[in-house]
Amino acid sequence: MSAVMTAKDFETSQEVRWCPGCGDYAILKVMLKTLAEIGAKPETTAFISGIGCSSRFPYYVETYGFHTIHGRAPAIATGLKLANPDIDIWVISGDGDGLSIGGNHLLHALRRNVGLKILLFNNEIYGLTKGQYSPTSRIGTRSPSSPGGSIDTALSPGNFALGAGARFFARAVDTDKVGLGAVLKAAHGFDGAAMTEIFQNCIVYNEDVFADFTDRKTAAETQLRLTHGEPMLFGAGGEKGIRFDAETYALEIIDAKARPDEVLRHDEKNKVLAGLLVELEAPVALGVIYRNPATSFEASWYAPRENGLKRSRSVDDELRRTNTWTVG
Amino acid sequence: MPEQNAKDSIVVHIAGDSGDGVQLMGSQFIASTALSGRDFSTFPDYPAEIRAPVGTTYGVSAYRINFGAAPITTAGDRPDVLVAFNPAALKVSLPVLPDGALLLINGGAFSARNLKKAGYAEDPRDTGELDRYQLISVDISHLNLQAVEPYGLSKSDGGRCKNFWALGLLMWMFDRDLKPVEAWIANKFVKNETVRDANIAALRSGNAYGETAELSEAVPRFNIRPAALPSGEYRGITGAEAMSLGLAAAGELAGRPILFCSYPITPASTLLHRLSRLGDLGVGTFQAEDEIAAIGAAIGASYGGVIGVTSSSGPGIALKTEAIGLAVNAELPLVIVDSQRGGPSTGLPTKTEQSDLYQAVYGRNADTPIPVVAARSPGDCFFTVIEAVRIALRHMTPVIILSDGYLANAAEPWRIPTVADLEPIASSAAPQPDTARDSQSLAFDRNAETLARPWISPGMPGLTHRLGGIEKDIVTGNISYDPDNHQRMSEMRAAKVRSVADFIPPQPMELGPESGELLVIGWGSTYGPLYQAVKEIRETHPGVAYTHLRHLAPLPNDLHEIIGRFMKVLVPEMNMGQLSTLLRDKLCANPESFCKVKGQPFLISELVEKMRSMLPPIAIVGRKPAAKGDAR
Repeated sequence: MSAVMTAKDFETSQEVRWCPGCGDYAILKVMLKTLAEIGAKPETTAFISGIGCSSRFPYYVETYGFHTIHGRAPAIATGLKLANPDIDIWVISGDGDGLSIGGNHLLHALRRNVGLKILLFNNEIYGLTKGQYSPTSRIGTRSPSSPGGSIDTALSPGNFALGAGARFFARAVDTDKVGLGAVLKAAHGFDGAAMTEIFQNCIVYNEDVFADFTDRKTAAETQLRLTHGEPMLFGAGGEKGIRFDAETYALEIIDAKARPDEVLRHDEKNKVLAGLLVELEAPVALGVIYRNPATSFEASWYAPRENGLKRSRSVDDELRRTNTWTVG
Repeated sequence: MPEQNAKDSIVVHIAGDSGDGVQLMGSQFIASTALSGRDFSTFPDYPAEIRAPVGTTYGVSAYRINFGAAPITTAGDRPDVLVAFNPAALKVSLPVLPDGALLLINGGAFSARNLKKAGYAEDPRDTGELDRYQLISVDISHLNLQAVEPYGLSKSDGGRCKNFWALGLLMWMFDRDLKPVEAWIANKFVKNETVRDANIAALRSGNAYGETAELSEAVPRFNIRPAALPSGEYRGITGAEAMSLGLAAAGELAGRPILFCSYPITPASTLLHRLSRLGDLGVGTFQAEDEIAAIGAAIGASYGGVIGVTSSSGPGIALKTEAIGLAVNAELPLVIVDSQRGGPSTGLPTKTEQSDLYQAVYGRNADTPIPVVAARSPGDCFFTVIEAVRIALRHMTPVIILSDGYLANAAEPWRIPTVADLEPIASSAAPQPDTARDSQSLAFDRNAETLARPWISPGMPGLTHRLGGIEKDIVTGNISYDPDNHQRMSEMRAAKVRSVADFIPPQPMELGPESGELLVIGWGSTYGPLYQAVKEIRETHPGVAYTHLRHLAPLPNDLHEIIGRFMKVLVPEMNMGQLSTLLRDKLCANPESFCKVKGQPFLISELVEKMRSMLPPIAIVGRKPAAKGDAR
């Protein structure tokens, strides 16, 4: 292994097989660059995925990779983390894989705070099975399985994560190299379960479903980019701000120039604020929404084990630790 | 002086409400039996409810113990002694009692209300229906309360000591030393001196009751000779204990940690409890959110280079099935313990059955073969789980080990092996990095004999590769949808499991000749009754032989030939004929099935009767069979 790895070094020999124009290409590119920038070692990095378009990801990264079964990646990754806590584990999942069939595992990985970097590629649709509505699809989504429009209330990944007890939740847009790169680095640096929702454009089955806030031309007006300790400002000149309305218990948009003192400063340790931010629809909050470290599951699990998983005495000793008697 | 009854073996059956402490009383009696050097076998039989309604027949919890001088392999068909804590316990136990059995009854519980709850119109002690037995009715409830009165416990707390009062009396009948039980009580209630002292007082009081002259006429004393077991150091062991210690031993023999990932389910949870205490033996445990997560974490552990183990009973194994397929396709070692119970669905969770054999051997989508082994006795769980780990690591495959509710909870004396003397377990070793080759393909270089790929885990430099449930190219390990490759891979997976048979030693005969009239084939926990039944029938029919299978998939290579040397084959099993199907399928054999699915082990007597029905009336060597009658 060369001492310094470039993004190119993290590519595999496998031909990437997503649809042309798929948002996954952009995410892969940022991930390879991020791996190089954080100095990841191929041998101590593992990508674990479930099933779905996004779950092909591990085949395209020159590290250890395991493409498992639908929805179960967090469970398999938990076993790997306990077996070897030194491995940097990225879990790659989608809205169907992570929030529908695998919702239970994602919930428990988050509440246990297992040291997994969980990337949820949300495109609000089942892509690999040809376009059915997913648990994050908005009511009224027309799809092969909901020709008259879907009737289920959409699940909010942010609310799901916070409700499950996640200590880290962030958001980014697939094609936003800078924003996505920053969030991936923050997730990597977090000691515990870090969930990142990536708004991913499915060009075939749900094109432009996020365009109302991802379109670069209007992004300044539709996105709220968060930085811990900084005022929550948006708009072309930062003229709009976010204020907490104590009467309605909600966030509201105000004229930041006129009422600068009332603009909220982002506090990524404030869970109530995080709950309000994930609900905000216009603008959409991006970046690290909640980051409040606690002891990771693997740290607690290993704490009473002085020698790790190594045995400190022989089974022969244990076999005779009860009442025994001798014959003959 | 009390009468001294000298016998080779004796069966004691203890029955009461599930809150009466029957299981505890039974297990403590067994501990003292073990220390007194007798061979024994037990059968705990308890209801699914934690505290079923008091006094009802369906809430009866029982513990049967067979012990003595002769080799004991079953808990016994017919109890010689019954301890019944209430009318319901008496009622459900009576049908299996032989005439002349000793009934020790808690007379204090025979109130009009309890009699009615048990379905007795009148007190059976007064109607003459117990005249066939030797009846001793003692007001255990009252005598126990008297004994514990000085300790100031409430009436209900004091009443809970009555199992120790009864144990004290039972131990007097069998001339046992109270000290080990007192030590156990002292240790168990170390934080509650009052409860500790009250229980010890109850134990001593029951014991003294037997000793007192006025009752020595009524209460017989039994003198059971010690067993002639092979020499060595012994301990008592249950199947769950043996399985947990066997897993730890397998880890030691392989030089790898064990990660046991499980979700609570009856009757498999005991294993999780035992292993949770063995951290210093290189065992980690993880209680997962569900059965699928449990096997998922175990697969992740194996991927990470430690021995992943998961455990459940039939319904949980069904949930794990898709993940077993992943482990087959990814070619990772994995051990799956199935503690079988009565089914289908929730079925009879606390009762025993052998009905997951189809599920273990055939129960997956696609052509997904895996090796299957089964344990025969509590102590054998130790060696069988070591064999399961050995196969998993040698061939890089998941392996199912079949146990059952009976094996998990039953106890027997066990000659303690020395782990250091057992053969080490070899893993399919990781190769050296090779920069001339794509590291992806290094992960799929197969061993020609075992067809195992190397066990490479994250953390190893220069060996990064991608693994998954999609079909892989047989050479490069990359995704492949090539039709010919899938054919080759499917054949390879079948051949890999078949190759396990090349490592199985010749199938031994437990009893009887190498060829003859009738071959009895058993598997799993039926070993005890089958052994005794064949031993018995061989007194009149020496042409009967018995073999017992540990390996069910693949079957031993020589089994086909062994079967061919017998005129008839009988397969008794606690299911509707699953091994019979397997033998027909794999070996074209034509066995006769003898099936029992009552949630209870086989009785020796019913097995003997079945074998007798398949044999000539009298086997007299050198004579023609008796002429048939006149009927045409």
